[in-house]
Amino acid sequence: MSLKVEISFKLNGVARTATVPADMSALEMLRDVLGFTGTKYGCGEGECGACTILVDGTSLNSCLLFAVDCDGRNVVTIEGLAAEPKAEAVQKGFVEKWAVQCGFCTPGMVVQATHLLNENPNATDEQIRRGIEGNLCRCTGYVKIVEAIAAARDSVKQQGAA
Amino acid sequence: MTIERYVSPLTLDEAAGIMSQGGVTVLAGGTDLMPQVHSGKLKFKPMLMNIRRVGELQGISMQSGVIRIGALATITDLLTNELVREQLPALADAADHFASNQIRNAGTVGGSLCNASPAGDVAPPLLVYNAQVELVSRPNGSMQVRTLPLAEFFTGPGRTRMEPNELLAAVRVPVPKAGTIARFVKFGTRPALDISTISIAIGGVKKGRALHEVRVALGAVAPVPLRAALTEAALEGKDLDAALIDTAAKTAHDEIKPISDIRASAWYRQELVHNIVKRMLTDVAQS
Repeated sequence: MSLKVEISFKLNGVARTATVPADMSALEMLRDVLGFTGTKYGCGEGECGACTILVDGTSLNSCLLFAVDCDGRNVVTIEGLAAEPKAEAVQKGFVEKWAVQCGFCTPGMVVQATHLLNENPNATDEQIRRGIEGNLCRCTGYVKIVEAIAAARDSVKQQGAA
Repeated sequence: MTIERYVSPLTLDEAAGIMSQGGVTVLAGGTDLMPQVHSGKLKFKPMLMNIRRVGELQGISMQSGVIRIGALATITDLLTNELVREQLPALADAADHFASNQIRNAGTVGGSLCNASPAGDVAPPLLVYNAQVELVSRPNGSMQVRTLPLAEFFTGPGRTRMEPNELLAAVRVPVPKAGTIARFVKFGTRPALDISTISIAIGGVKKGRALHEVRVALGAVAPVPLRAALTEAALEGKDLDAALIDTAAKTAHDEIKPISDIRASAWYRQELVHNIVKRMLTDVAQS
């Protein structure tokens, strides 16, 4: 057995502690230790983006992040984005544009799209495509996904202007 | 081997001291370490040292004509940092073609160099910019720093000239001279998340129609990212006309002995190098 390490961090705004093996990924910790199963395990090697989370405000593949490296940091998963206005706009966009088929890539797509719009609220459609280049959809619904994120961008801008 | 101790030092002094005890696996971004451990390519040593909180390894700064890129600068930092964008555009270009947003946000410059992949995308532009690596150790209780040209750093796939007790602290890049032109091109089957089939960086100081202090660096054509010395010599100080560009492209083609693997055959890699060198030099001649 690998050494276990106790870590404290903020998860979706709430202070948490966890005792995790030193070689465990943040993804395994979230799903198997803490029960946050919204973050998906796709490939386990950073190719698919289904496990995307926000750490200190930036998007990362949680399968490539060591759980011990969450110590002292601010971690946000798809569950934590439920009431966040920008993420809400993204989720609404996905529903309205029919951008969900099997749904497995959706949590990662929504987290990454939210990060993209946080960084660049005026992202062009081309920048949206570049922004989700690390997220695979095997139902191949990219056109609708890009439309969904563009709709979220437009609605957030409209709300800002109103 | 399982991990027996986990440490997360805050200072370079502390980190270098831990390295000198031996048996350390260094963790930075984790984007290479995690898959390599899972695939069995790499085994953990008894101590896992997370260097991400070491202050001296962060940041990008300029001092007396040298840009110092801390080992922990992420690929996203290269893409967004004003100094890099203005002074080292070919490096910013390489960062733009690097993996995906999520991986660029985690992966570090130091990690990419220490991983020493022949296809590592930050190496060719750094070779063209004449980068040096800053290696630190604390052999007898006092810190020692040595620098090594990046061109001498790599010795094979996954292997470098770094001693077991050393840490890569930073990359030092001299501020390019006025008139410097540098370009980077990566070829892969898709723009994102693809390991380079080949990558090429070309740089030099343009005076009139000629390039001086020419540097050509190639990725994924040999066991290490390397400088193409014969191609550089063919170009040095001569007018960049169609005949010279042809000669240089042929020289680059003949100078390399790539392998065939899952990404491309040796023949295809040589064709790519020939055609892309030609395209890049034509672009440089017109700029």
